[in-house]
Amino acid sequence: GRARVSLSEPHGWDRGSEEEEEEREGCFQLYPGHIPTSPLQKALLAAGSAFMALADPYRHDMVAVLGETTGCLALPNLRDKMKHHPEGYRILQERPRIRLSTLDLARLQGLPDGSLGREYVRFLEDNKVSPDTRMPPKFVDDEELAYVIQRYREVHDLMHTLLGMPTNMLGEVVVKWFEAIQTGLPMCVLGAAFGPVRLSARKLQVLATELLPWAIRSGRNASCILNFYYEQRWEQPVQSLREEIGIFPPP
Amino acid sequence: AAAALCPCRLLFARCGGALRPLCGSVRGLAAGQDTHFGFQTVTEAERREKIYQVFENVAKKYDVMNDSMSLGIHRVWKDILMHKMNPSPGTLLLDVAGGTGDIAFRFLNYVRSVRERQLQQKLKHHQSLSWQEISESYKEDKSESPGDSQVVVCDINKEMLKVGKQKAQHLGYSKGLSWVLGNAEELPFDDDMFDVYTIAFGIRNVTRIDLALQEAYRVLKPGGRFLCLEFSHVSNPVLSRLYDLYSFQVIPVLGEVIAGDWKSYQYLVESIRRFPPQEEFKAMIEDAGFLKVDYQNLNFGIVAIHSGFKL
Repeated sequence: GRARVSLSEPHGWDRGSEEEEEEREGCFQLYPGHIPTSPLQKALLAAGSAFMALADPYRHDMVAVLGETTGCLALPNLRDKMKHHPEGYRILQERPRIRLSTLDLARLQGLPDGSLGREYVRFLEDNKVSPDTRMPPKFVDDEELAYVIQRYREVHDLMHTLLGMPTNMLGEVVVKWFEAIQTGLPMCVLGAAFGPVRLSARKLQVLATELLPWAIRSGRNASCILNFYYEQRWEQPVQSLREEIGIFPPP
Repeated sequence: AAAALCPCRLLFARCGGALRPLCGSVRGLAAGQDTHFGFQTVTEAERREKIYQVFENVAKKYDVMNDSMSLGIHRVWKDILMHKMNPSPGTLLLDVAGGTGDIAFRFLNYVRSVRERQLQQKLKHHQSLSWQEISESYKEDKSESPGDSQVVVCDINKEMLKVGKQKAQHLGYSKGLSWVLGNAEELPFDDDMFDVYTIAFGIRNVTRIDLALQEAYRVLKPGGRFLCLEFSHVSNPVLSRLYDLYSFQVIPVLGEVIAGDWKSYQYLVESIRRFPPQEEFKAMIEDAGFLKVDYQNLNFGIVAIHSGFKL
């Protein structure tokens, strides 16, 4: 429907032209930033973004596009999992966003060591990342599913925190394996399969012998990661949250 | 929040199709007449701003995208334009909307090779001269002006000029080349200055084409030539459908994958459809005062070269 969820700023244009875009695309633009695409365009985008993501690892936007264009089966699946879980359902209703403007970083920093909030802020600082660099969805043709994929992207950093993985190539691959099992998103599966290509032999060994088995076991054991209202659990110790979700302690 | 900033806009957004012209004319008072941006309707001021942004965004990937979208064929089109122009050494060219320099560099190459051929022929001729005649020819050479060819690249967009200058440096072009920031609708040049005026894939993005044509007329010397290379209309119905399919399905995808910018390339394909077809554009050129106006279709009308003279 035409629910105008303010998911994101339209890329490139000022606010005023939102209305013009709606005028142009009539009832096809389902949320700000949405670009309706034909099946042919989606197929071309999927192929092109897969190629470009592999060719140029700095093109994070291509990874995002790949996720959106190939997620047509996995995303409804995830949404249903959320709908059938009390906390997940609340998240779908309230649509929380993880952004620097909504997070109270000072408060999170003040929390005790070992708590989710404190460790999350530590992760952001150590790896010099910000939650605001996540791409808003463009090619998802359902406004609720667009939120689901947005939530998945914003929760990614929390996954790093819970799994204790840094943002280097090795850490990212481990998180991708975990996410691939959890979400079934083809983009995660592809990332998990092709990511290791860029790793050194030594790292590959660590990956194969220690990290992957643990990540796979945790992924299988854990309940759906999108069903946790992280914003209401900043004070919860990471250990306790891990147990609750079903993530085994990292090696 | 947006509504509070601009009550007129909110009114516009709630207007049905019937009230559009009314709202449009209210806005028109402030920001110029209604015009088009691709398939959208915007004011003239908004159009200029949006187009500026488009080229600011695409400048760095402009050449790569041109090659990808046209599979390199744009190079052939530009070569054909240069051959049609057939400039002789000493020509002063103004290349408008020439941003990344493709026409300018081709021009310099062309006149350079013409000059070289002239010199070679002269040398051959000299082989059969007597000592007396050779010494006399030295005196002639000194009084002869070098007649250096010059090209001025004029573009409204700083980013495009920046990319052009970098390219020039990289490829080693410096002599006879200058870069000017300017608006095709209001050129910063005197009357009757240039031998040739070109605008390649630029006039489509000008908001008031009639003004740009008038300016072209003004700055050309009497006897000067106007040349425009631009996307045009394909009349063959089968080809037209294939072309549309390619334009609307593939090009924005290429824009997203290569340049990370779907919308600019969506604008590009829409703006091509909005541009007047060959005969209509020919009439516009004639209206500006040009004579002997003609056009040549390339690739069945996907691209056309329009030519006119100030006589």
